[in-house]
Amino acid sequence: MFRETEIVKDVSSIPPFPQDAVQGGGGAGDLIINVGPQHPATHGVLHLVITLNGETIKKVEPHLGYIHRSIEKMCESLTYRQFIYVTSRMDYLSAHINNHACALCVEKGMQIEVPDRAQVIRVIMDELTRIASHELWWGAMAMDIGAFTPFFHAFREREKINEIMEETCGARLTMNYYVPGGLRADMHPDFQKKVKEFIVLFKRKIDEYDELVTGNIIFINRMKGVGMLSKEDAVSFGCSGPAARGSGVHCDIRKLYPYAVYDKVEFDEILETGCDSLARYMVRIREMKQSVRIIEQLIDHIPEGDFQAKTKAVLKLPKGEFYTRVETARGELGVYIVSEGATTPYRIKFRSPGFSNLSALDSMARGSKLGDLVAMMGTLDLVIPDIDR
Amino acid sequence: MFIVKYIKDVFSGIKSLLVGMRRTGYYFTHHKEIITEQYPDNRDTLVMADRFKGEVVLLHDENNEHACTGCTACELACPNATIKIVTKFDITPEGKKKKALDKFVYHLELCTMCNLCIIACPTDAIKMAQTFEHSVYDRAELTKILNKPDSKIREGVE
Amino acid sequence: MWSLTNISTGIHDWLIQTFNPTWALIIEMVIAGIAVIGLFAVLGLVLVLMERRVAAWMQIRLGPNRVGPFGLLQSAADTVKLLVKEGMTPDGADKFLFNLAPFIAMMVAMLLMVPIAFAKDFQLWDLNIGVLYVSAVSSIMVISILMAGWASNNKYSLMGAMRSGAQIVSYELSAGLSILTIVVLTGSLNINDIIIAQADGWWIFKGHIPVIISFVIFIIAVTAETNRAPFDLAEAESELTSGFHTEYSGMKFALFFLAEYINVFIVCAIGATLFLGGWMPFHIGNWESFNHVMDYIPSSIWFFGKTFFLIFVIMWFRWTFPRLRIDQLLNLEWRYLLPISMFNLLLATAIAILGWHF
Ligand code: SF4
Ligand code: SF4
Repeated sequence: MFRETEIVKDVSSIPPFPQDAVQGGGGAGDLIINVGPQHPATHGVLHLVITLNGETIKKVEPHLGYIHRSIEKMCESLTYRQFIYVTSRMDYLSAHINNHACALCVEKGMQIEVPDRAQVIRVIMDELTRIASHELWWGAMAMDIGAFTPFFHAFREREKINEIMEETCGARLTMNYYVPGGLRADMHPDFQKKVKEFIVLFKRKIDEYDELVTGNIIFINRMKGVGMLSKEDAVSFGCSGPAARGSGVHCDIRKLYPYAVYDKVEFDEILETGCDSLARYMVRIREMKQSVRIIEQLIDHIPEGDFQAKTKAVLKLPKGEFYTRVETARGELGVYIVSEGATTPYRIKFRSPGFSNLSALDSMARGSKLGDLVAMMGTLDLVIPDIDR
Repeated sequence: MFIVKYIKDVFSGIKSLLVGMRRTGYYFTHHKEIITEQYPDNRDTLVMADRFKGEVVLLHDENNEHACTGCTACELACPNATIKIVTKFDITPEGKKKKALDKFVYHLELCTMCNLCIIACPTDAIKMAQTFEHSVYDRAELTKILNKPDSKIREGVE
Repeated sequence: MWSLTNISTGIHDWLIQTFNPTWALIIEMVIAGIAVIGLFAVLGLVLVLMERRVAAWMQIRLGPNRVGPFGLLQSAADTVKLLVKEGMTPDGADKFLFNLAPFIAMMVAMLLMVPIAFAKDFQLWDLNIGVLYVSAVSSIMVISILMAGWASNNKYSLMGAMRSGAQIVSYELSAGLSILTIVVLTGSLNINDIIIAQADGWWIFKGHIPVIISFVIFIIAVTAETNRAPFDLAEAESELTSGFHTEYSGMKFALFFLAEYINVFIVCAIGATLFLGGWMPFHIGNWESFNHVMDYIPSSIWFFGKTFFLIFVIMWFRWTFPRLRIDQLLNLEWRYLLPISMFNLLLATAIAILGWHF
């Protein structure tokens, strides 16, 4: 049902737009610039209203909603099998992991036992996705602070992962590989070989990343001590993922609330205590190595068996509320389903990591330079469709 | 000492820059590392992964027969109403009325390649094709009728 | 042997014989002007193509390869595109200044061509204060950038212009000081004298460590002065979209673009002249036969070879390093480069006085 917007004829009756709201209490001599929605640094349609004093940032106000597609509402009219594919479109860089969260939630509600084989393949896929996502972040991050070359180098490795995905899942970005109860199809016969090849390649290349960016004195100076996010702030803003772990918050869902086979593999939760952009950067770089470690442990030990549990043709979650959470490449993704016992959910809510992380941007950015804002946004690893949904 | 630290800073800084330059210099001189794919030129040799989800096709055999019974399971499975099955009633030789497929309408512009229809189909009548060059000048061309003219259901498929 | 000198003196002699001296001078000036404009166009095309190739190879890409053989005509095609594009002037811009700025940028670049010795005895004007002239004129560049930024009536442009104002003014200092090192060693401001002084070896070889240090500082400073990455704060794509030329389009943008590349060429030419001996072939002390072989390579090739090598180094910087922040940029200049180059000048002066250089 559409209600047409009321057209106001008499302009004088509209109260003047409160200037304070726009300027954020900016004083004389302040410059207000709009970064975005179309801007090279925002990687999407994020709109930041920045109050500047010279080069120094006084206030950052994110405006959201440019890519809002009401995915949550859409999911209410889709069945439990159908809604999973929509979630690939939220945080498109960790599509697998989003799907995993939804599949877990449905499985929890239906009490489906997922076969071991599916569990292991899911974890391998998730970690590959994490690496791919961090690769892209690394390239984009370097581009944000002005180095163009790393972007292409990052894409070279990411392309390898995409090829693996394409072979097994049939798509490169929105894979839609997980279904309630397991996987849509078994892994491709070449899967194990290709993944092992990739790991060998990746281990060699990740040192190049350090040569090119991490060790670079300009880069370190750009990152060190900027975008401070204290541990308390990180907790109170609800930050999660690498953004929070850079401030020393122990928040890896894979460790705290293990799902799939994460409790059976060995890996470290990366914690950095620098609280600055460099710490968040290092968390991601080291996380990639941990992901490789997880994959290495699993890739030779994929158990035989079914890739999918036997499920009913029509899934009906029992009446009640179900919540699961997973660790995406950006942080904690929560899926909350309210079911009335029908074939479609009554209400779905996603707790997306990007939204909470973005809310910390203002407090991080105040007092730093405009150039640093871009670096901070880079280290938060914002994916706009994830924030707006 | 201040001066020593200062000089050390300068040298370690320069060294880190040179390390980076060596890396780019390496790629500048090693052209076999280049990964560019010259897409429209390599069309002939381009192999898509066999599971690649390009578009939904209805499989026909050489007798122009397909396996679709018109059961609309795929239509129901599709999250975006991409598929519209139009059915008709055939008269079987025994003189009975039988539901059959009239038109398999497929809106490529709506399809998200989620594969749910393929899973849903009880007779494996449809599958994903590996085509990917879908651009056309008119949106109407994206709405396709998948069953070929005069095609009919294969014998024995229920 | 074929050389530019013979051509230029040939033309000169013929003109002198055919016309009276005034007319000959005027015709020579016209020819020089046309030659400079032609050189501009060619350099613009070549440098843009070179930059794209260098970038592509460093980024494990192929680079332009569609227009013409090996993509050689790519930049020509781009030029045509820019020529036919509409040059827009934003509403609320200061129209006069807005349109004037690209031409000033271009003019500065042209003026800088004057004292450069492209080959042996091949120079537009053998100015006796050549080096001073170059550093004086090159600082006019900042005016065009400030003008463009201010007149665009765009906050991004203004910030870019202000940044580059601070940047160019500061880096002018250390560029000047490192040039002074050579002036001190040579004892002349004349570009030809400086080149002649390097007949038995380029300054970078015979000037000991001070010259090497000042060469490094010079390269850093001119990279900053020409607004190239890692000092491209005035453009800073990811921060200010495009900085001072955000609002420019079509041919006006092309002029800025061209001026940037010409400036790179000029500073590299100056660098090659001062530190690498300009058109002077590679000579080693008293190896007569070796020096003789080197002399067979035309001087113009030496000059362009060295210049393009320096240009390549600057491009190499651009495609490797991240960008500095504005306060770090100024820190680098005032806390590192300037003290070092002052101390270095002192050293060089001592060396020059004591005659310790080779
Ligand atoms: S692939 Fe998905 S969106 Fe496309 S027709 Fe099948 S079910 Fe519908
Ligand atoms: S394609 Fe398959 S699911 Fe769809 S109508 Fe035909 S038989 Fe039924």
